[in-house]
Amino acid sequence: MSAFVDTLRAEWTKFRTIRGWVIGTVAIVGVIVAFGLMPGMQGSCGKNGPGSECSLPVGPGGEEVTDTFTFLHQALTGDGEVIARVAGMTGIATGEDPDKPNHTVEPWAKAGLIIRAATDQGSSYAAVMVTGGHGVRMQYDYTHDVAGSPDGVTAAVPRWLRLTRAGDTVTAAESVDGDRWTTVGTARLRGLPPTVEVGLFATSPQHSEELHTGLMSGAMGGPTQVTGTFDHLAARDGWTGAAWHPDVIGHADGPANGAPGAEGPPAPASGVEQVGDAMRLTGSGDIAPAVSGSGGLGVSITQTLVGTFVGLILAVVVGTVFVTAEYRRGLVRTTFAASPGRLRVLAAKATVVGGVMFVTGLAAAAATVVFGQRVLRGNGVYVHSAPAGTEVRVVVGTAVLLAVAAILGLGLGALLRRGVTAVTTAVLVIVLPYLLAMTVLTGDAARWLLRVSPAAAFALQQASPEYPQVANLYTPADGYFPLAPWAGFAVLTAWAAVALAAAAVTQRRRDA
Amino acid sequence: MRCVLRAEWTKLRTSPGTCALLVGVVAGTVAVSAAAAGFSDPLPGADLPRLSLTGVQLGQAIVAVLAVLAIGDEYASGMTAVTFTAMPRRSRVLAAKALVVAMVVAVVATAAVAASVVVGRLLLPTYTLAARPAIGSVLYLVLIALLSLGIATGVRSPAAGIGVVLALLYALPIVNAAVADPAWQRRLLRIEPASAGLAVQATSGDVAIGPWKGLGVLALWAAGALLAAAVLLERRDA
Repeated sequence: MSAFVDTLRAEWTKFRTIRGWVIGTVAIVGVIVAFGLMPGMQGSCGKNGPGSECSLPVGPGGEEVTDTFTFLHQALTGDGEVIARVAGMTGIATGEDPDKPNHTVEPWAKAGLIIRAATDQGSSYAAVMVTGGHGVRMQYDYTHDVAGSPDGVTAAVPRWLRLTRAGDTVTAAESVDGDRWTTVGTARLRGLPPTVEVGLFATSPQHSEELHTGLMSGAMGGPTQVTGTFDHLAARDGWTGAAWHPDVIGHADGPANGAPGAEGPPAPASGVEQVGDAMRLTGSGDIAPAVSGSGGLGVSITQTLVGTFVGLILAVVVGTVFVTAEYRRGLVRTTFAASPGRLRVLAAKATVVGGVMFVTGLAAAAATVVFGQRVLRGNGVYVHSAPAGTEVRVVVGTAVLLAVAAILGLGLGALLRRGVTAVTTAVLVIVLPYLLAMTVLTGDAARWLLRVSPAAAFALQQASPEYPQVANLYTPADGYFPLAPWAGFAVLTAWAAVALAAAAVTQRRRDA
Repeated sequence: MRCVLRAEWTKLRTSPGTCALLVGVVAGTVAVSAAAAGFSDPLPGADLPRLSLTGVQLGQAIVAVLAVLAIGDEYASGMTAVTFTAMPRRSRVLAAKALVVAMVVAVVATAAVAASVVVGRLLLPTYTLAARPAIGSVLYLVLIALLSLGIATGVRSPAAGIGVVLALLYALPIVNAAVADPAWQRRLLRIEPASAGLAVQATSGDVAIGPWKGLGVLALWAAGALLAAAVLLERRDA
């Protein structure tokens, strides 16, 4: 063991006495912090005097939510049930001629029944709805989503929906004829008050699609609107219906536009219209967790760490040169004469470079996440707050990302022995797949690349969860990755392990 | 000057890695171009000439390696001492190196780009030939080689040199794409070597900078790097 400690000390002495390596390591902190604090983004939050601050409603679970919809409701006390038939759904996108709509209903446009603790944004709720492209769903308290039958609704095939309240339990059911009911799901809403707001709702999220022009990748889209036609609306089984009040929730103070590019034409008129026995609810918005990116508002803390790529290349170069410089100068012969256990030398080098990069990355990421958020907020950009656990994972994740990438570079350096080849290989396997995925390739090819290449480990920096039930572009540029954080890290670790193992085998076999 | 050119040509020709790298430029470029053309499902109105030249994204790295090694290997092996003893005019050596590297890269880049275009035509049914992206890509690769040569001469270490070059080529565009402010994004796209230079490939869509202007930005980068390298070369110890 003491032999390993001696080797470790020797390697640490080598590392700290080479000026270029120390400069490179300090530069990593420099670039990550510099890119994180660069005043590159501007927003309008809080920039237009008092009252222009951006804030999002907070849901029952403490998460930031979007809660904007058209609501036809009344207050009802005690237990009971509400039913309605959805007779049709039509949608238009902003900018379309209302007289000649394309009849494109957003896949996550929603029309259905809802029971809410209150009309305030962020209230606890349970809802059953027909969506534009995802069939019948039961959703409650913003983050929960249960699938019902996969079919949508047309004028020819209407669909019945029912919500039943018993205490703090709400049960959702659907039916094709109003007689035979199928339960979609059950939700327990803790602390649901005796009197709740019950009724119909309609809402349609922001439309966004990916755009690739030149080297620029971005997104385009805008608000959309859905009109749900309902009939046979009734409150019963203990609830005695009075008058229904139309309301538009969340639009009164205007949509909070904090993200650059989120300003668009004003949302089309939302409201309730009675046509004979039928109610037509036109709504725009969403009842869902708030997401960052093109379909939502603002950015996540991942945004502050954009400089990691440049830092990563520096880390890889330092890791590689840490071993190839010895071959170049012939120092490796002295090293192996002093400590003949070649694997021990390799292990010591990996420990030193991994440790240094971990500490470097930790310092850089912690400073950037803490101060970068302030800079962004100061610039009027809305930054989604992440739970403390997530922030810690993002910071520590950045540190281990740099450490393991440097070890991958070290392994490639020991294997290939030539600095240029090793650095190029490392950069090509880590950075090029990511670049191609972001600029030229689209869809599955891009996601596939980010699953198998070492760049998968950038998933460690993902700060906001991806919700399948929220329409948004979940692109790497917006901080969403195809793999779970630690799974992505495992991919990088596997690459580094393979490179180190191959280096260990060749080191033992080859002449130094 | 002719002697210097001949010496540099002999060095490049007889270096053990050169041949493999040249083959790598062609093979890598064509392979990635073919994969991009074959596997992606282009939307109508997509920039097909650009898609068929995706391989330049990989080819440029190998071109950079070639150029970095042209000077970096001399520093690594101590050969520079011999070179500068034989030819004390250091800037002239650098000029000769630049000329030789540029010519070699121009030849392989032409082969790589031509093959990519042919493959693109075979794989993409609606492809229409466009001269500017192809010619521009060849010039782009030549300029990347010159930029790499200048940087490698400046830092005097092949590994650090290639690190800087690859950071410029690959990391900056990623940082760029993550910058969410469109105004800043466009500003950066106009001044970064890779994104400005590759504007020459675009035949449709909204581009931050005109095709030849973009290539001009890259040419400025390359000229700046070579000039700085020449100054450093004259002033510093070899």
